[in-house]
Amino acid sequence: MTLDPTVRPDVTTQDTVRLRAEGVRLGYGDRLVVDGLDLDVVEGTVTAVIGPNGCGKSTLLRALGRLLRPRGGQVLLDGRRIDSVPTKEVAKVLGLLPQSPSAPEGLTVADLVARGRHPHQAWYRQWSADDEAAVLQAMEWTGIADLADRPVDELSGGQRQRAWISMALAQGTDLLLLDEPTTFLDLAHQVEVLELVARLNVEFGRTVVMVLHDLNLAARYAERLVTMKDGRIVAQGAPAEVMTEEMLADVFGLAARVIPDPVAGTPLVVPIGSRVT
Amino acid sequence: MALAVSLPPARVPGRRALRIGPVSLVWRPRVALVGLAGVAVLVLGLALNVGIGEVRISVPDVLITLLGGGDPGQRFIVVGLRLPRSLTGALVGAALAGAGAITQAIVRNPLASPDVIGFTAGASAAAVFVIVLGAGFGSVGFTASVVGLPLAALIGGLLSAFAIYALAWRKGVQGFRLVLVGIGINAMLIAVVEWLLVIAQVTDAARAYTWINGSLNGRGWEHVVPVAVALAVLVPAALVLAHVLGALQLSDDSARGLGIPVDKARTLLLLTAVGLCSVATASAGPLAFVALVAPQIAQRAVGAARPPITISLIFGAALTVIADLLARTAFGAELPVGIVTAVIGAPYLLYLIARQGRRTRA
Repeated sequence: MTLDPTVRPDVTTQDTVRLRAEGVRLGYGDRLVVDGLDLDVVEGTVTAVIGPNGCGKSTLLRALGRLLRPRGGQVLLDGRRIDSVPTKEVAKVLGLLPQSPSAPEGLTVADLVARGRHPHQAWYRQWSADDEAAVLQAMEWTGIADLADRPVDELSGGQRQRAWISMALAQGTDLLLLDEPTTFLDLAHQVEVLELVARLNVEFGRTVVMVLHDLNLAARYAERLVTMKDGRIVAQGAPAEVMTEEMLADVFGLAARVIPDPVAGTPLVVPIGSRVT
Repeated sequence: MALAVSLPPARVPGRRALRIGPVSLVWRPRVALVGLAGVAVLVLGLALNVGIGEVRISVPDVLITLLGGGDPGQRFIVVGLRLPRSLTGALVGAALAGAGAITQAIVRNPLASPDVIGFTAGASAAAVFVIVLGAGFGSVGFTASVVGLPLAALIGGLLSAFAIYALAWRKGVQGFRLVLVGIGINAMLIAVVEWLLVIAQVTDAARAYTWINGSLNGRGWEHVVPVAVALAVLVPAALVLAHVLGALQLSDDSARGLGIPVDKARTLLLLTAVGLCSVATASAGPLAFVALVAPQIAQRAVGAARPPITISLIFGAALTVIADLLARTAFGAELPVGIVTAVIGAPYLLYLIARQGRRTRA
């Protein structure tokens, strides 16, 4: 178990670091949320950031996606300072799904997903054959092809979330940052989305960083867990190393047993609670 | 490379491709149809409006004359005397509607129109300032009305837009905040105009007053030219810049994620809009509600999720010309066109405010 955040025995020199945070200090207004945090995102991995509400995980994701400029330290994308790369160039490499995104009234699913092609377009090139192929593919992956001409605001929460993920996929980037991609989804759809993430990772080599609330799904679908508390990383590594009863008590203040998931063998969190008969 | 037009069947519903060489667009038949209908209404309205006067000229005769036919007498009346008025109306309406389409889209709120949030009021205040004080210097008067008015209006529009943007700024601009600040600034600027009217000479005040109501009376080619030049420069700029509007209309975070330099894009688009509505205001006075209503009608007509710029331009032109036609014929006496657009627009503004109020509470 690596509770020391600076020790990363699993990162070897052969691994390519796609995205790196170096001593980043992040905050809004007068409030400093993250004070000096380091993180490496290795090529071809699925990383889940977990932690209690308000621990700074979404803030960290926003900084990794250059939506929030660090007050100190830096974020490196493929070794270059992310804020020194033209934002449109970044958008061809790194796609992101913000938390609870909003679409204007009346926008159809197809038009929303097509917005994802923006980094590849210009004012005279608004719907190339590549754009069309990417949009079709993205809608198929998320199973929303038959909803293409429906307005986004008329969809159910789950359908809407899949439409937004579809937009991020249409962007065609090999790095994806997903901020709570499974909110509003019932369990079946949560699994569906995470299966899609796994498929994108295994079949297409996409590197994914996602903020997740469900610890069991995080342990199942991420090969790396990053656990945050009060703006710091308190543990990171493989789920089996990180997801321990001590960590749950320390980070989440949760009394729980951790047993092997009977299906996948990954850690399964079983809260103890008081209503046990 | 072969320059072949290919119209393959739509594989993504509603997004049929129109591709010519490196150029590719989404072909939307409804937009084209609505655009053509708008142009037809505009041309008919223009012809009707030009035909009205002491010498009545029929619509076919007006059209023939405009296409180069007709006798010299008719030519003089149509092209020399009457066309500038209608043309000023059409161009001013187009400019206002274009400005409205841009601001409504970037603020993601139909209330964020230049005539509601104080951009045109800024232009008005500056222009009235020139009318009232410029006339005080006697000979400066004429120069001021041709060169000075558009310039003053532009400066006034830019200043008010800057003030509103700066006051609404809080780590980015939120739509409703900008609207509220804008309505406040709008009220202040209207008070400034009232004050200028009070201190002005009676003759200047009368002149300024007609202008404030938005009038196309006595507009000549000297009024057409500034708006035409402004449109020729700003509309292409707006159409190129508008490429980001679709993505910008999502949230700021989504737009940044899609590689849009959000603050820069929004500033450039706002400047374009301020330029359009200021020059329009200088030419015909602050024509009420054209910038608010025309883009909204255009959006509903094409069934889009945001005001379409090109269609808004056409609808704004048609709306203004028809309003002028009504102002001249429907009420016995000839009214300033701005009163008619206000009568059309004010109920719509109330409807929008009521609807948003409900939604905010919900």
